[in-house]
Amino acid sequence: MSYTLLIIALPALMFLILGLLGNKMKPVVAGVLGTLSLAVITVVAYITGYEYFFGGVGKAGGEAFQSIIPLNFEWLRFTEHLHIDLGIMLDPISVLMLVVITTVSLMVHIYSLGYMKGEKGFQRYYAFLSLFSFSMLGLVVATNIFQMYIFWELVGVSSYSLISFYYTKPSAVAASKKAFIVTRFADLFFLIGILIVSFYSETFDFATLTNPDAPFVGTALGASFMGISALSWALMFIFIGGAGKSAMMPFHIWLPDAMEGPTPASALIHAATMVVAGVFLVARLFPIYFFGTPEVLTIIGYIGAITAAYAAMVACAQTDIKRVLAFSTISQIAYMITAMGVSGYGGHDGLGYMASLFHLFTHAFFKALLFLGAGAIIHAVHSNEMKDMGGLKKYMPIARWTFLIACLAIAGIFPFSGFFSKDEIMVAAFHHDKVIFTILYIVAGLTAFYMFRLYYRIFHYENDKHYHHAPHDAGATMSIPLIILAIFSIFSGFVPFSELITADRLPFEAHIDIPIASASIAVALVGIGIATVMYRKKTNMADKFIAMFPWLYKGAANRFYFDEMWLFVTRKIIFNCISRPIAWFDRHIVDAFMDSLAHVTNAASDKIKGLQSGHIQQYALVYLVGALLFVAAFALCVVCFICK
Amino acid sequence: MIEQIIFYALAAIIAICSVLAVTTRKIIRSATYLLFVLLSTAGIYLLLSYHFLAMVQIAVYAGGVMVLFIFSILLTHQPGVDVQFEKPGRMVLSGLAALAGLGLCGHIIYHNVEKVYQYVDFGEIEMTKIGFALMGTDKYQYLLPFEAVSLLLLACIIGAIMIARKR
Amino acid sequence: MNNIPLEACLAVSTIMFFAGVYGFLSRKNMLMVLVSLELMLNAADLNFVVFNRYLFPNQMEGMFFTLFAVAIAAAETAVAIAIIINIYRNVKSVYIDENITTMKN
Repeated sequence: MSYTLLIIALPALMFLILGLLGNKMKPVVAGVLGTLSLAVITVVAYITGYEYFFGGVGKAGGEAFQSIIPLNFEWLRFTEHLHIDLGIMLDPISVLMLVVITTVSLMVHIYSLGYMKGEKGFQRYYAFLSLFSFSMLGLVVATNIFQMYIFWELVGVSSYSLISFYYTKPSAVAASKKAFIVTRFADLFFLIGILIVSFYSETFDFATLTNPDAPFVGTALGASFMGISALSWALMFIFIGGAGKSAMMPFHIWLPDAMEGPTPASALIHAATMVVAGVFLVARLFPIYFFGTPEVLTIIGYIGAITAAYAAMVACAQTDIKRVLAFSTISQIAYMITAMGVSGYGGHDGLGYMASLFHLFTHAFFKALLFLGAGAIIHAVHSNEMKDMGGLKKYMPIARWTFLIACLAIAGIFPFSGFFSKDEIMVAAFHHDKVIFTILYIVAGLTAFYMFRLYYRIFHYENDKHYHHAPHDAGATMSIPLIILAIFSIFSGFVPFSELITADRLPFEAHIDIPIASASIAVALVGIGIATVMYRKKTNMADKFIAMFPWLYKGAANRFYFDEMWLFVTRKIIFNCISRPIAWFDRHIVDAFMDSLAHVTNAASDKIKGLQSGHIQQYALVYLVGALLFVAAFALCVVCFICK
Repeated sequence: MIEQIIFYALAAIIAICSVLAVTTRKIIRSATYLLFVLLSTAGIYLLLSYHFLAMVQIAVYAGGVMVLFIFSILLTHQPGVDVQFEKPGRMVLSGLAALAGLGLCGHIIYHNVEKVYQYVDFGEIEMTKIGFALMGTDKYQYLLPFEAVSLLLLACIIGAIMIARKR
Repeated sequence: MNNIPLEACLAVSTIMFFAGVYGFLSRKNMLMVLVSLELMLNAADLNFVVFNRYLFPNQMEGMFFTLFAVAIAAAETAVAIAIIINIYRNVKSVYIDENITTMKN
């Protein structure tokens, strides 16, 4: 399986080629080159997935799937035990992620050929896409948590570069900085968590870290800090890192702003792949979470549920279509996180784990489809705002039908893919925690509502809206990915997930729980129904509804003032109470000390520079006086010595 | 006795003329006083029975160098014009420094030197001995410095011509 | 020379030397500086010779040193005077610190 190295190496190589030589190429050449290399690794990833799941490679050691490490080399050795390796590890979740990432990335590459055509910095865009693919793929196949952390940061960097792609726009620059700083802040906790864990385990390897019987678990659980065990602290911190990347509360603030980047990049990074890194992280360390610190897992479940509800409510009130999608992404990822939180371990108890990754899988496709569809619409009407749209169904049939499919999938309507994964999550939540189930149930209805609100506002609503240029479907490069992703969105729900990816890696029988499934379809249909009534035609029902709950609408439209809260914390508290004293200290103590050194030197040299007059006679005089003094002193010494 | 008289006369000439050479206002006089000093030095060499050295001193210094000095003075100065002096402060300072040096050295010479020597009259050095020493390559023989100095003189001749010639 | 002490000779050369030092430090005329230099050189020569005669009468090192020093002093004076004449030709002055402030060009 060592050919999997290609999956990592090719995008890295392509990043170097496009980054260094891109300006020498024609834009089309750069785009096609990047797309071709991604097509190659997509094929390789599919072969890997087939071999691993169905070709017997994964089950070589018996019934359960094994972790295979085709490549590993030691990179940095700190002590006898502690060393950082770089390598490739294949197990069910990393192979799953390989398939998802390469597929979505390939679609985005093809789509961008049309979407980004004629943009300044086209080659740079493709170089960064390659960098992102490289780092994301490196993240999921990491053999140890430190390698994961390195690629985790690389992913952050490439996300930063792509958000600020339109770097002449101040809002894009601000958004990229916000994304980078917020995720970086969360990553600080991740790093602390890694350090705590590796302090006890003396290794970074996942083989030890995911083994709940390993001796370090006991010692780390025994050591307590402020009444909570060290392992709980560490795993909580690691989850905070994941929450930063996955935009969980309260770190979600960067994701809506990140929509300033090019839409295809948003589809790839901020919808399908990078933002699920937190889910992947929890999944990767799941055994240790479950057996070591179940209380942390409970917290994770509740954070997910609250975030899901929050994001769904906010999404209902947004008017920028990309922001609606961003909040829906937050909400759906929160679903996955919640599913992790409510999961058990063995057999059917591990349904939540399976459902979480299943939802990750299906969500990647339909959310990428939604974003790419939104990109096509934005491309056509040159605006992000709902008020500039409406009645597009007759202009853009392909976008309309694919968008509808994605909306049905995310709403969880049978037989679209979202139904299966969401249903499994509901079942897992129902059996574990009724509160979480209730929240998720309501959120499912809200999801259906806001997605169809979006759909109707774009394609129906004002059916006779007049456009300066008649919008039309984009070319083949943009339409084909939409169609392919639509096919994925319809059929990916039929993948027999419970036989492939489970918490204990043993297959189990999953079946659709008819009462819960029908209940969730019912609530989704109610949501769709309300949306249809309110937004199918242009009526004043929505305004009336808003007038009934003005405070709720205002709060949701302003994202419940979370950004303002963060601003208050950073600007007022951190800046005033911490940064300003530090700045004062720096300016008046540290700098002043250095400045005074310089001033003293300056003044002294100003005073003594007259000595270097260039007058040879003056030099000779000084020399003579010095020599005489020296001789006198020497003679005095000799005299004293002789006298003694 | 006669040697003593001659020596002290020469010593007096040297002391007075060297002081005059650096304090006089007329530069041509300064050169003349220098000439007296050099000649008296040659006289002391004679007293010390270094006849060859005395001749070299007269020929090279009094003959060659002084002619150069006088030529250059005539080239660069109008007759009858006094030279400008340094600022008085600088002169006083220099004088004090020189006097201090003189005092220090005088003190050391007066108190220390007598303990280390015994004069032995050895007579004049034969010319052939000097010639062999200059042209030999053994220990205490000086062919290499001799040739080096001759090269140096050649370089000086060329250099002086190059620098001073009219462009 | 039996009755002439070494100190007397050294006193002569010391006076000559410090007269040269004084001239070197206090004169601004380059030719006078050169005269002072000659004085100092001469004083040093005299010291070599005197010490050779009084301390090591059967050797000739001091004398030869003086011989070479005289030759080199002559060469040095020739070059120095050539430079002074050249400067005079350029700036019409032989005074230090007055017109000669740059060595460039």
